[in-house]
Amino acid sequence: MRALVVCGIVCFAAGLAVAGLPGLRDFLPQLLAGAVVTIEITIGGCAVAVAAALVAAMAKMYGPAPLRWLAVAYIELFRGTSALVQLFWLFYVLPHFGVLLEPMTVGIVALGLNVGAYGAEVVRGAVNAVPRGQWEATVALNMTRAQALRRVILPQAFVAMIPPWGNLFIELLKATALVSLITISDLAFRAQQLNQITFETVKIFTIVLLIYLAISSVITVGMRALEERAARGIGRGRA
Amino acid sequence: MFWDWNYAIEILPILARASIVTIQATLLGFVLAAVLGLVFAVLRMSRARWVSLPVAALVEFVRSTPLLIQIFFIFFVLPEFGITIGALTAGILALGLHYATYCSEVYRAGLENIPRGQWEASLALNLSPYHTFRDIIIPQAIPPIVPALGNYLVALFKETPLLSAIAVLELMQTAKILGSESFRYTEPITLVGLFFLVFSLAAAWLIRRVEARLSLSKV
Amino acid sequence: MTESPAPETSQPMVRFERVTKRYGSLVVLDELDLDIARNEKVAIIGPSGSGKTTVLRMLMTLEKIDGGVIHVDGEPLTHMERNGQLVRANESHLRRMRGKIGMVFQHFNLFPHMTSLGNCIEAPMRVLGLSRREAEDRARELLEMVGLRDKMGHYPSQMSGGQQQRVAIARALAMRPKVMLFDEVTSALDPELVGEVLNVIRRLGEEHDLTMLMVTHQMGFAREFADRVCFFYEGKIAEQGAPAELLGNPKEERTRQFLSAVLEAS
Repeated sequence: MRALVVCGIVCFAAGLAVAGLPGLRDFLPQLLAGAVVTIEITIGGCAVAVAAALVAAMAKMYGPAPLRWLAVAYIELFRGTSALVQLFWLFYVLPHFGVLLEPMTVGIVALGLNVGAYGAEVVRGAVNAVPRGQWEATVALNMTRAQALRRVILPQAFVAMIPPWGNLFIELLKATALVSLITISDLAFRAQQLNQITFETVKIFTIVLLIYLAISSVITVGMRALEERAARGIGRGRA
Repeated sequence: MFWDWNYAIEILPILARASIVTIQATLLGFVLAAVLGLVFAVLRMSRARWVSLPVAALVEFVRSTPLLIQIFFIFFVLPEFGITIGALTAGILALGLHYATYCSEVYRAGLENIPRGQWEASLALNLSPYHTFRDIIIPQAIPPIVPALGNYLVALFKETPLLSAIAVLELMQTAKILGSESFRYTEPITLVGLFFLVFSLAAAWLIRRVEARLSLSKV
Repeated sequence: MTESPAPETSQPMVRFERVTKRYGSLVVLDELDLDIARNEKVAIIGPSGSGKTTVLRMLMTLEKIDGGVIHVDGEPLTHMERNGQLVRANESHLRRMRGKIGMVFQHFNLFPHMTSLGNCIEAPMRVLGLSRREAEDRARELLEMVGLRDKMGHYPSQMSGGQQQRVAIARALAMRPKVMLFDEVTSALDPELVGEVLNVIRRLGEEHDLTMLMVTHQMGFAREFADRVCFFYEGKIAEQGAPAELLGNPKEERTRQFLSAVLEAS
């Protein structure tokens, strides 16, 4: 937490210093336009990641055999290869199979699936960490497994999932820079473009790094707040 | 025809040669990350705030921003200060710095797991801080964190394709060049994907073995 | 109390027929035979590892059965008849059978993210299909009975162990089971909280028609409350009988040793 505050102060001071520099007004609007794209992809990617992680984790843990293998294949495939390879594969190879997607869609889906594969293991770990007695209580109360998961197990696992998901969201934000390599004009793309035109390399990349830092700070602070609320909802400690 | 075996076999030697660059970048980058990470971890534990706070801020900063931008930064910015380096060197520096911040967290966890009694016993034996670290603390702290470091080695390995963005002729860049020459992307990119998959799965298996060995030896 | 007319009362409520349970090579229950009559209160005692908790866990279908058959209310529990043969029961049969049984655990196992009222209405609403109002009325009545009307909005972490265990009893009763299982329900409690839980169980036995099985270390309570005490030893019932008899004048040497060890400890 202390490090975060320091970061904020450094960020603010650096921002002031850079803002004082002449010429900033020329390229800041462009960078902010790029930042909007970056944020859009981050939000979309996070949504895909959470959905993919939940589905894959449930399939891997409770699905019938074929579904289970499919989930394991997805998780291993996406964790075992690079995000960039996945992005390029969807971008360059899928069209050969007749699947034509917007670059934006490719970016959101590829990054979402990549982070979702890691997220699936987070979900699985959190579900497994719920004490066995909770499962036994649901059996004694004659609940179905779906009811037990939805009403008892997942709500408790949710709290334990928040911090690792915070890290994954930041990883996803960082990975959005890759979409600049498939022609999307996100923050990283704009930075390179401006760099080639203006040669104000230090200035541009410093501002860009600070913008990324600002977005990731928002994620960190948001997830902290969520964690505190969730912990309160569970009445803290465990029965 | 979705998949052309002849073409795949034809490009295999070219990709194999490029994979040497990938492996080079991985190993050198990780050595840098492992060493620099330990430095960060120790400095961050320093009692002098003017040391620990800036290091903490630097670590958080590097961890929170994209590796790709850091690669660009090092590649484009260092020359402005009169330091000219090749693209591969810049890439290795960026990879090393980025993963040093991850490694530093692993080291920190390892160091914090050393019981206080070990520090106190060293103090009672009048060992200098340097010798306490080198002979007492580090040898105990490192083995348990080997699997975690191994995971970051694999993660770093999987991020080397980013060096293609500054035209380092590693696997991804080579695959892209092959693709743009032949207008066939399917084979090169899929082969690159397979290469990473095989190495990552093998590494994951190895790390699990090490983990099992470690938990056995602990008793 | 809406369903089926009472079947013939001579039939036992619970019947274990040569029930065997193994963990690997360790035999926990060794061809156990045990009949429990309707509304009978049975206390199960014995040293740890004697299989006494396993009896309850198998009744609740928390453990797989390795041999033999368990009957509850005249029907096989984990088996069903098909073409005159007993085969492993499917999920719907298991769920129907589980509806007859309620269980209270040593460590309460309350849902920590729900209030005491929430704990008591969850399963009645989702499993029995009660409306929220019906479920809440039922829960309120039961929480009143266990003396926790004023704690309805409290979360488990805001209550003492004794209070949590009483909520757990109310939660189990809200499902209207015919058989109640109590698995060392006072073992995790501080000594001063044991009485409030035992009082609730005592009232339950007096005011409701319930078959009750309890694994317990509270010999005094077993003597006063139970109709019968079973002493388990190495996966078998080594001795059973009326409480005053078994606890006051045990025939078996092993029973005597166990009782004197327990007495010494307390």
